[in-house]
Amino acid sequence: MSLRFLNVWVSLIFASAMMAHAVALRICADPDNLPFSNRTANGFDNRVAALVARDMHREPVFVWARNGRGFLREQFNKDACDVLMGVPQKMKGVLTTAPYYRSSYVFVNRRQENFKIASFSDPHLNGQRIGLQALEENLSPPSLALIRTGHAAQLVGFNSSGEHAPDIVRAVASRHLGTAVVWGPLAGYWIAHDRLPLKLAPVSPLVDASGVPFAFSISMAVHKKDVNLRDQLNSALSRQEPAIAQILAAYNVPMLPEDAR
Amino acid sequence: MASQKMSFGVQHMKTSTALIAGIGLAILPLGCHKQLQNLESPAGMGGQMQPYTGQMEKDDGQWVRATKDYANTRYSSLDQINTGNAGGLKLAWTFDTGVPRGQEAAPIVVNNTMYIAAPWPNKLFALDLTKPGAPLKWSYDPNPSPAAKGEACCDWVNRGAVYADGKIIYNTLAGFTIALDANSGKLMWRTHLADITKGETITMAPMVVRDKVYVGDSGGEFGVRGWIAALNTKDGKVAWQAYSTGPDKEVLIGSRFKPYYASDKGTDLGVKTWPPDAWRIGGGTVWGFISYDPAANLIYYGTSNPGPWNPEVRPGDNKWTSGVFARDADTGEAVWFYQMSPHDLYDWDGINENILLDLPWQGTTRKVLVRPDRNGYVYVIDRTNGQVLSATSYAYNTTTTGVNLETGQLQHVLSKAPKTGQEIRNICPTAPGAKDWQPSSFSPKTGLLYIPHENMCADEEAEQANYIQGTPYVGVTDRFYAGPGGNEGELMAWDPINGKKVWTVTDKYPLWSGTLATAGDLVFYGTMDGWFRAANARTGQTVWQFKTGSGIIGQPVTYRGPDGKQYVAILSGIGGWPGAIVAGDLDTRDSNAAAGWGGALPDLKSVTTPGGTLYVFALP
Repeated sequence: MSLRFLNVWVSLIFASAMMAHAVALRICADPDNLPFSNRTANGFDNRVAALVARDMHREPVFVWARNGRGFLREQFNKDACDVLMGVPQKMKGVLTTAPYYRSSYVFVNRRQENFKIASFSDPHLNGQRIGLQALEENLSPPSLALIRTGHAAQLVGFNSSGEHAPDIVRAVASRHLGTAVVWGPLAGYWIAHDRLPLKLAPVSPLVDASGVPFAFSISMAVHKKDVNLRDQLNSALSRQEPAIAQILAAYNVPMLPEDAR
Repeated sequence: MASQKMSFGVQHMKTSTALIAGIGLAILPLGCHKQLQNLESPAGMGGQMQPYTGQMEKDDGQWVRATKDYANTRYSSLDQINTGNAGGLKLAWTFDTGVPRGQEAAPIVVNNTMYIAAPWPNKLFALDLTKPGAPLKWSYDPNPSPAAKGEACCDWVNRGAVYADGKIIYNTLAGFTIALDANSGKLMWRTHLADITKGETITMAPMVVRDKVYVGDSGGEFGVRGWIAALNTKDGKVAWQAYSTGPDKEVLIGSRFKPYYASDKGTDLGVKTWPPDAWRIGGGTVWGFISYDPAANLIYYGTSNPGPWNPEVRPGDNKWTSGVFARDADTGEAVWFYQMSPHDLYDWDGINENILLDLPWQGTTRKVLVRPDRNGYVYVIDRTNGQVLSATSYAYNTTTTGVNLETGQLQHVLSKAPKTGQEIRNICPTAPGAKDWQPSSFSPKTGLLYIPHENMCADEEAEQANYIQGTPYVGVTDRFYAGPGGNEGELMAWDPINGKKVWTVTDKYPLWSGTLATAGDLVFYGTMDGWFRAANARTGQTVWQFKTGSGIIGQPVTYRGPDGKQYVAILSGIGGWPGAIVAGDLDTRDSNAAAGWGGALPDLKSVTTPGGTLYVFALP
């Protein structure tokens, strides 16, 4: 029995809504990474994936894999699954679909303040502790703009996965941080979830002077050779666009128009 | 060994060189052997060479710790196998670990038993050397959480066990230190030290001094804060733990701390040399080998690079990362610290080995530690106070111009400093440095250090997009390639007194295995394409070689068997940071595979396959 078959088999046993005769669509998903995904399939990527799979008359089967370092190498490239969610549209090494949303990094501000930081050159940043997500061994891309504007010594890194995900927005609410720059979907979800008195503003500008973007169009991805599957996903994404928009709105994902730069 | 003193005249060395050169003409050229011009006596003008001798254990023909001795010489006084007969070495027996992953461990030999610590899932095997073929005596399975395998930076390696007090002690990737009864394999104690959920693992070989076992963490992943801990050998309880960043209290810096250089003096530098709170996730892990000086009762070890990788977000010296600590072996109190790479720009871990020697130095004998650092300099440091006596370049270097001995500062080439959004080409050495973890050896007979290392450069470019845990980002792509000469690896014999290469053997691939020096005037080492070689310690000439089943990135050892014969052992199994190309089956068309190695090792997958086998050799 191949490992691939075993994976599907095990997942099928635990799939709650098993459809008879539908061919499985295996979707890699993180077991503990809300708002994107969790083991009870309550993340927005779980819902979008299930919606799209069923539109294609496929049975969505989540293959749980921690989406951290080595994930592409150890899981996706070894055919642990057919589909990835939440992939930046220009990512190399995979074949990406049309984007299903576009968002940006956002400044997280307290509602009670009479200012709303949106620009990296806002003087209200001076002297504040500024939270940033830590990704692999670096701080998220907006650190570049903040270094450029002279705020390097104020940056505070936060682990933003699993149980630690809400820490960074909570730290703004509790005034441990003056502000934070967070990937939009993460900030939007946890602020709504915790009912924190915070407001968001997309960072400005949306592209660093170096050309590094702070706004990303997010796609699904398949193995490079799976052109047919990519095309089927694109059709399904197109058909389900209104329903996907509803899901994203329910998770309070800050959206940018597709042409926002 | 303790009383051994050797002296070498220039004349003596010239004679032996000529002799070997003559032999070299008559036999097939092996490897890419190259004799350097202007060969001098290995001990050079310094006169007599002696090993570090303070309380060094008598060589009993065993190999009880990865480093062989406290001084980390990896030198064995066994000479049954020597330059005259090594050509007749034959395979004696093999053992398969069942784990086709990077095998970096040193086999441990004690009481006629060999102990092998395998990569994750970190089984430990005890082999009975008294019986033909060394059958399995027992094995231990720590049953780790599957979560651990996705976390380790550079493959799933383990660097070996240590024997002490009737126990065999080793670390697991999942963050445990485990002590087993050396006879029965029964679990004596198990201590959880590193938190895998925070990306923190343990890969290093523990060191035992008297009643304490020293363990440090690994994990380059952002969020990890480095530490070393001392556990009671008896029961595994943590006696003390010293962090590499943070307030003095947590670094165990107190009244005994007397660093040599002004830049290391001050209060709470482990906090003040960082942006706010950045020290909490600042790196400085402790995954290399530990040395011990019994006379001073000090342990010595290096700390890894600071995090995050982008140096622009962590202005300051980032104490106490990329440096060497000397600590009291009993209390853990810091005694001195020297920072090779303050505010590290290139991922230059300071974890490389510290070899303790008593060196003739300008008319006196200095108690020194010698360390071939990632940054491309061999440091000779006074181990009593942390003063740098010399720092000599040993590899092609475009990034720094030297070390100021007055201030201890590394002198940078500003145009090679990474800058956001800028492509920087020809960065040499690369992130793995001029030498990574692979340990050197030192022969008191020749007075030479045998340093296995890399000859590599890198280009840094911004990549278009990536993501982790749902969050998109734009990272940096490193492309590694061979430095001048086109060879990516090199075995070098180094005269530490004169700061000179004496001979060098180049290799197509990075030399990722450790070296072993013996009184038979041999240096054993392995290559990434699977050759296990014995080189003449005085010339580098290959005396013998054997092609093993997989690439070699391990630590060779030698021991006297119960039959009185000398054996040499090495684990073969490609992996580690560069070898993950093979062990992890990465796509080398992606030059950023294994963080930069993809382009540098395009054909490694075609010349070696994953493996995990111990090979033991002896004379017939």
